[in-house]
Amino acid sequence: MTMERLQEILARHAGTEGPLLPILHDVQRTFGCVSPDTQQAIAQALNLSRAEVHGVVSFYHDFTEEADPRPCVQLCRAEACQARGVEALVEAAEAAAGGRVRIAPVYCLGLCSVGPAARVGDALHARLDAAALVRLVEAA
Amino acid sequence: MMIVRISDDSLALALGADALAAAFTAAGASVERVSSWGMHWLEPLVEVDGIGYGPATVDDVAAILDGTSALNIGPIAQHPFIKPQQRLTFARAGRTRPLSLEDYEATGGWSGLRRAQAMSGEAVIAEVTQSGLRGRGGAGFPAGIKWNTVAKAPGDRKYVVCNADEGDSGTFADRMLMEGDPFQLIEGLAICAHAVGAQTAYIYTRSEYPHAIAKLRAAIDLAAAIIAPLHMEVREGAGAYVCGEETSLLNSIEGKRGVVRAKPPLPALEGLFGCPTVVNNVLTVAAIPHILSEGGAAEYAALGVDRSLGTKPIQLAGNIKHGGLYETAFGIRLHDLVYTIGGGTASGRPVKAVQVGGPLGAYIPPSQFDLPFDYEAYARADALIGHGGVVVLDDGADMGRLARFAMEFCAVESCGKCTPCRIGSTRGVELLDRIRAGAKVLDPVGALPQMHNAPKVARTADQDIALLEELCETMKFGSLCALGGFTPYPVLSALRHWPEDFQ
Repeated sequence: MTMERLQEILARHAGTEGPLLPILHDVQRTFGCVSPDTQQAIAQALNLSRAEVHGVVSFYHDFTEEADPRPCVQLCRAEACQARGVEALVEAAEAAAGGRVRIAPVYCLGLCSVGPAARVGDALHARLDAAALVRLVEAA
Repeated sequence: MMIVRISDDSLALALGADALAAAFTAAGASVERVSSWGMHWLEPLVEVDGIGYGPATVDDVAAILDGTSALNIGPIAQHPFIKPQQRLTFARAGRTRPLSLEDYEATGGWSGLRRAQAMSGEAVIAEVTQSGLRGRGGAGFPAGIKWNTVAKAPGDRKYVVCNADEGDSGTFADRMLMEGDPFQLIEGLAICAHAVGAQTAYIYTRSEYPHAIAKLRAAIDLAAAIIAPLHMEVREGAGAYVCGEETSLLNSIEGKRGVVRAKPPLPALEGLFGCPTVVNNVLTVAAIPHILSEGGAAEYAALGVDRSLGTKPIQLAGNIKHGGLYETAFGIRLHDLVYTIGGGTASGRPVKAVQVGGPLGAYIPPSQFDLPFDYEAYARADALIGHGGVVVLDDGADMGRLARFAMEFCAVESCGKCTPCRIGSTRGVELLDRIRAGAKVLDPVGALPQMHNAPKVARTADQDIALLEELCETMKFGSLCALGGFTPYPVLSALRHWPEDFQ
């Protein structure tokens, strides 16, 4: 089943110039990770070595070799959000998350004038205070 | 029926614009989703018959509809934040529906492309050169010269790449343009492709901008017939900051690790897939349609100061009362941006520092706020304009901690290709930790018995600081790209102006 869906993804990008990143994005979104097995299959399809594919997967922050099924709250920790006090919220967010939710740092969501900002899936949230962030984590 | 205009920019969405729009629809109003005016402290901003209300929540709907709301800011176009601006790139901001071809055409859209298509590539490049347009991504390289190099380069296959990998904290102008006026970017790219003879254009943007990606893809589909036979595609990055560096970006599109390439060869001669390639930032490309419209080049060149011509979209961010997008001619003083336009800090506390130009830009103290926004003036002050991000910090900021953050960010994001950046940034973090701990700690490697020639006494704080300065010099002059080369700017400026924060 996994391989069938992988073949679909590979077929979708056939004929694309430089298809590796678009393929890896689709694989990461579909399976939650780019596992060593899929890396092998991708390498074969693109006539690359497995090491080349692994090198690319491990270079970019967006790709992981193992899936993390927990919901993820990305909290912006870059300078502009720091200037608006994000560091003071981190502890509360992590306490609310416990082991159930993953709190991941992100460096800039482009909401620098209304930080602190966070992203859950494709939904964005700004002007967060501790209470709003905790609610967000609990609802994730 | 009453028409209510609410932005669908992702900043407005992050503040509840969708729920607000739904509430207006439920109340019987007709809602139009437009781009953002850029007055972010007022978002979500509601416009009814030219009058603005903000920041609005669903509880304000009834009062806004009957005109009694206390959120009334008067006519938006006359607002003191909007009126003094010189908006060329963001001329449509707040006024049009981002994916409406009709709105785009009605506001002068495609006129630059139509005029360019009737001209030779050489003539187009001559006008871009005449306008004085320089790369808005930060490096400030003259666009006309770059285009000319690509046009003259041998080879049948050429590319145009739009660098939309806006990773700098404190910047959001690219995102706003891609979401709010995507056709303008598409038109600029089409003009560039025509001028240099390229068949394919890529827009490379960040995965942190899903809304911009969706809008751009939809806009490219809508405009496909207008820009044909040019093929245009959006490519999504994968969370690597260094891919904002043009040669890393090219590797990334090719499906490789986003490692920096040594220059030469210039991408203009050997770029994407080894072919001549124009790499321009979003704001550079978006300035093109206006320049190519009748008389646009001369109008553009008449704005600005010295060799910094035209307008610069400036992003007011961080701890600032009136944050948002402010487009004006080069030459504006930081003092005016922070106090007069920005209204000082959001926290109400005194301003301590302003970081201009993203995480690689210098921290500037209030004593230097007379500095005019101009590439050369900033360079002389050991600072950078970069992408035009202005991040304000109040007196609660710990500059030593921010300097460490800059080094740490460089260590995490370094592509690893060159030693000064890869090793230097990690050593920089260690050094800053030692300096800030204030303890005389023996260098761990120097302490090894095998290291016969290493000093056997711990360095003093002064010696550590001198070493940090030396390290920064090495990174500045020895790194292959701006990541390692510019990280010393925030570190050294923090050290120079706030030495007390390093004790």
